[in-house]
Amino acid sequence: MTKKSKKKKESGNQNSDLIDITRKKFRWSDYLAEKIIKGVAFLSITIVVLIFIFVFRESLPIFKSEKASKKTEKVAQTADVQETYGEVTDQSNTPEVQETYGEVTDTTTVSDQNSPEEGSYTVSSGSGYDDNQGALNTLLTKDWVPVSERPRFGILALIIGTFKVTIISILFAAPLAILAALYTASFASRRMKEIIKPTIELLAGFPSVVIGFFALMVLASFLQSVFHYDTRLNSFVGGIAMGIAAIPIIFTITEDALTAVPRTFNEASLALGASRWQTAFFVVLPAATPGIFAAVLLGIGRVFGETMIALMATGNAAQMGLNPFESVRTLAATIGAEMAEVVFGDTHYNVLFLIGSLLFIFTFILNAIAEFYVKGKLMKRIQGK
Amino acid sequence: MIKSFKKNIKGILIEGLTLSSALVIIAIIVVMITVIVIGGKEQISWEFLTSFPEDGMTKGGIFPAIYGTALLVIIMSVAAVPFGTITAIYLTEYANENAIIAKVIRFAVRTLAVIPSIIYGLFGLGFFIKFVGTEMDNAFLGGQLKWGQPNILWASLTMALLTLPVVIVSVEEALKTVPKDLRAASLALGATKWQTIWKVVLPGSVSGIMTGTILAVSRGAGEVAPILFTGVAYYVATLPSSLSDQFMVLGYHIYVMTTQSANVDKTLPIQFGTTLVLLALTFILNISAIIMRYRIRQKKSN
Repeated sequence: MTKKSKKKKESGNQNSDLIDITRKKFRWSDYLAEKIIKGVAFLSITIVVLIFIFVFRESLPIFKSEKASKKTEKVAQTADVQETYGEVTDQSNTPEVQETYGEVTDTTTVSDQNSPEEGSYTVSSGSGYDDNQGALNTLLTKDWVPVSERPRFGILALIIGTFKVTIISILFAAPLAILAALYTASFASRRMKEIIKPTIELLAGFPSVVIGFFALMVLASFLQSVFHYDTRLNSFVGGIAMGIAAIPIIFTITEDALTAVPRTFNEASLALGASRWQTAFFVVLPAATPGIFAAVLLGIGRVFGETMIALMATGNAAQMGLNPFESVRTLAATIGAEMAEVVFGDTHYNVLFLIGSLLFIFTFILNAIAEFYVKGKLMKRIQGK
Repeated sequence: MIKSFKKNIKGILIEGLTLSSALVIIAIIVVMITVIVIGGKEQISWEFLTSFPEDGMTKGGIFPAIYGTALLVIIMSVAAVPFGTITAIYLTEYANENAIIAKVIRFAVRTLAVIPSIIYGLFGLGFFIKFVGTEMDNAFLGGQLKWGQPNILWASLTMALLTLPVVIVSVEEALKTVPKDLRAASLALGATKWQTIWKVVLPGSVSGIMTGTILAVSRGAGEVAPILFTGVAYYVATLPSSLSDQFMVLGYHIYVMTTQSANVDKTLPIQFGTTLVLLALTFILNISAIIMRYRIRQKKSN
């Protein structure tokens, strides 16, 4: 409102010959500064949109060729028609070197793409689209075998693996973090608070590769000696390690939500004769549930997209079983492990981007729920409407 | 009597439960730090920090990884800090709290903060390398491959996007601590809005910008997923000398040494040493950021 009227004044000023000293002079520097600042501020919106567009764009060829392949299936059920698919033909210029998954050998990833002569070919450049059709039809199956004579891109096992790890880690992290937050918000003395809060904040600064290293070297062996399972790296180890990474997020947001509950709630409850723990559990905690819900959602988002810990601690075998002590391969880890070795424009490349789009959509929705739904509810509850 | 005693016991037990959860978390942190310090402290020496890897990475130091990490965070900060600061200025000084634009920007910033880091990697590959880089090659080098492949510039820019929200949030918090009176006084003396921001508000929030930068650097130094396919290399024999070179990074060094090297046991001391260096680096950065932030908050409450 005020800004608009000010602008009017400024522009009006420029045109009028009379100079009114009570009005500010129009200054180009100020005008430019505001426009530039506004423009830069839009950058963050632009980036989100660009990420959306570019991650999707690279996964689009899948759907195009899927349509095309369906058409050709109807016309003639032969496998040799693929040469007509124009989009992917670029790859014949850059002969590929596909190594077996999970191993980057001494030759760096760049040299892979630039040196046509060296390395062993497990896939000839043609077979990428030889199996385009078959590969796309396997998208919703359980076999993830992206590099073979007949590549299959079943992402079901990856999705199940990701959810398995996420559930384990949230079951581990959420109770711990919420109870700890309840302690710092309701019971802790000022001094304890000043020790606990920064320490847990410090955990947020741990690089995930360090947590992954710890899980791989120490936690895996420790948990194996306690629970006596067969595979050393499995969804349980990965889940616990990712839980460690999610704890500070859940803790901080829960703590904020708990301290945002008005003091009057507390005082009223205590005045009615409730004890401290009763107040904490039956008054403060319920009042902050939407905030805690948001905290858990963001924790889930963190675990869901975690790459390095998943790569290092989950064993990276795409299995469907529900046993927590089996190795799994998560969506993010699949991208991390395979993208560096894939050929640009290949079906495999597009499928990895499709997985990326799934991750993006999922975390975007989680964040949107945490942001809008929860915040509105929390405000309503605290204001007592 | 007995009833109240029972109630008391229950209360103590429940309080104890919450306390022990807090202690378990702290114990996990302490164990992690202890294990890594004990495993790595033998390895740390001047030579380890300043020499190149030798004998197929089984001996020697990690200097190129340290150098690459430093270079990465410097280029990243140059890109992220100005943009983050300006966005924060817009949000606190110009935007109306209830305007839709401000709300959308805030939502975008929070979205950026929760997007998984691997997605930034994909974006870096799809946008910077395949789109911008390839177009640059076509326009300036006649299709010769220079920018259309992973390098330190694209990796740093990708990392800058990832750390942008960190900067924005910290700077915003600092800008809010500058008292309204100061702004009003400056405006009353005839300064324009921009002059007020430049001469009054910004100097008052330098420490906040520093905190944001430190947090961003600490985040950028530790993240590996976004640079996995935008510029990091397992081993390069020379230090990166131009923006189109590939580079080594501490975090990636740990990852490849632990999971992809032929002889994991043989390089165990180097792995622990590298992890200790990375942890110490992020630790020091984080602690200084926490202290600075604590001071800012105190200033605010005074």
